[in-house]
Amino acid sequence: MTATPVTVSATAALALGDDALVLSHRLGEWAGHAPVLEEEVALANIALDLLGQARVLLSMAGDEDELAYLREERAFTNLQLVEQPNGDFAHTIARQLYFSTYQHLLYGRLAASESEFAPLAGKAVKEVAYHRDHAEQWTLRLGDGTDVSHERMRRACEALWRFTGEMFQPVAGLDVDRAALERDWLDSVSDVLRRATLAPPEGPWTGAWSAGAGRQGLHTEPFGRMLAEMQHLHRSHPGATW
Amino acid sequence: MATAAAHRTAGAPAYGAPHADPDGDARQRAFDAAVAADERVEPRDWMPDAYRATLVRQIAQHAHSEIIGMQPEANWITRAPSLRRKAILMAKVQDEAGHGLYLYSAAETLGVSRDELLDKLHSGRQKYSSIFNYPTLTWADVGAIGWLVDGAAITNQVPLCRCSYGPYARAMVRVCKEESFHQRQGYELLLALSRGTSEQHAMAQDAVDRWWWPSLMMFGPPDDASQHSAQSMAWKIKRHSNDELRQRFVDICVPQAESLGLTLPDPDLKWNEEHGRHDFGAIDWTEFWDVLKGNGPCNEQRLTQRRRAHDEGAWVREAAAAHAAKHAAKHTGKHTGPTGVEQA
Repeated sequence: MTATPVTVSATAALALGDDALVLSHRLGEWAGHAPVLEEEVALANIALDLLGQARVLLSMAGDEDELAYLREERAFTNLQLVEQPNGDFAHTIARQLYFSTYQHLLYGRLAASESEFAPLAGKAVKEVAYHRDHAEQWTLRLGDGTDVSHERMRRACEALWRFTGEMFQPVAGLDVDRAALERDWLDSVSDVLRRATLAPPEGPWTGAWSAGAGRQGLHTEPFGRMLAEMQHLHRSHPGATW
Repeated sequence: MATAAAHRTAGAPAYGAPHADPDGDARQRAFDAAVAADERVEPRDWMPDAYRATLVRQIAQHAHSEIIGMQPEANWITRAPSLRRKAILMAKVQDEAGHGLYLYSAAETLGVSRDELLDKLHSGRQKYSSIFNYPTLTWADVGAIGWLVDGAAITNQVPLCRCSYGPYARAMVRVCKEESFHQRQGYELLLALSRGTSEQHAMAQDAVDRWWWPSLMMFGPPDDASQHSAQSMAWKIKRHSNDELRQRFVDICVPQAESLGLTLPDPDLKWNEEHGRHDFGAIDWTEFWDVLKGNGPCNEQRLTQRRRAHDEGAWVREAAAAHAAKHAAKHTGKHTGPTGVEQA
């Protein structure tokens, strides 16, 4: 990668683009493994929406393929939440609930702003509304389903909770009221969890030293392996077009 | 089935036979007449048991092929070499899940549930297309599947849009439209590789070498060894014989391979001026029967992954059912929509 100076808006485009790219990749790993055929369609649909957003956002910062395939792990600025492995279906749904609620609230604000992200956000907010609804409906089914599903959903919500605080850290170039975003997110997620007969998890939003440092290019161990798989073929044929 | 509706048993009897038909022959004759007149048989129409069984077998096998067929391609989603290719591949695999949904729904119109059919797939009592028992070893295999496997599937399926059973025929119209997009993306993917670096070209040629013969086998055994063909053709479930369709496919592929700059791995392949078609080499039917029996490179792997996804998803399906039951109980059986209007 070249050492072009990164502008403020490129920083924001990369942060949002990497979130979408990485979560799309994780959801793509479900293909052929989903618990029911309707979810094969739904998860792929969400993954495709996110990939579409990622392509627009990365293209605002440079060449989409160079950025996706030729950066090293430390240069990615996605949230640690989205890189977390799929786990069981409950973990995937908890990750979706946390992220899509955040993304929906954020894109809603960006769409209404003067920001250069307004056009993308205006289009994406409609897709993300569906992602959020999908996650909420499944949180209700799993939380208020059987004892087994309740327990799995509870564990998943707790396991991923510590990655949620990072969503409310400032990103250069994204001019939104972070405190209000955080309040709305917490209200919404707490409400869904309560309706799902689950208590909002307690504990810190940022746990260990690195939790919540994805925006600074510090990631969790599974991320490197994910990138190795994602980038391997592209990197094996330098300069080739596909 | 507008005119020859004499075999219609459910709904309002149109011609004064409200009781169970005392004359089975009359229903059979009406069914035969409807098929002969190229009318559609619909779910509520009377149909011979063997016709129903044949359709269930064929539609189930087709549905199973769609969902098992997701596996070899999904194998490359996480490694797709550009974001554009990744989006196309994900959309394609998603389409296949969608095709599975329509087809299981078409089978449900014949009185069998998706669960029942999945159970038969998982226990090995129903088959899926043998082509998916071959592995996708390189990225070029994604292209070869699109070009050859989807191309063969379209050749098989376009005539099914005129199949005598209405719900299947209608499902196939939509499936074929999407398959035709899949075939084009496969061709385009291979073209990019063929015109790319020498490594990419070699990758494309290797994939075509491995997928060509199994694709020809997709049309099923030769006509004289095909166990279901004759009856299916009489019922207009099937419109052309296996060998006719295979020939049509070969004739389509030869010029396309030339445009791609790739070679089809058959030294006997050549234009036959007299018959106006291509002659091609002998197919290794031993391999076909062997893979069908379960001894292909991926039979075990495909079925194991399918069963595992199903088993590991059991708690999710149970939770959804339990939640729906609780919810229904709370609303004493009547649902109202957002406007307060009762939903049908």
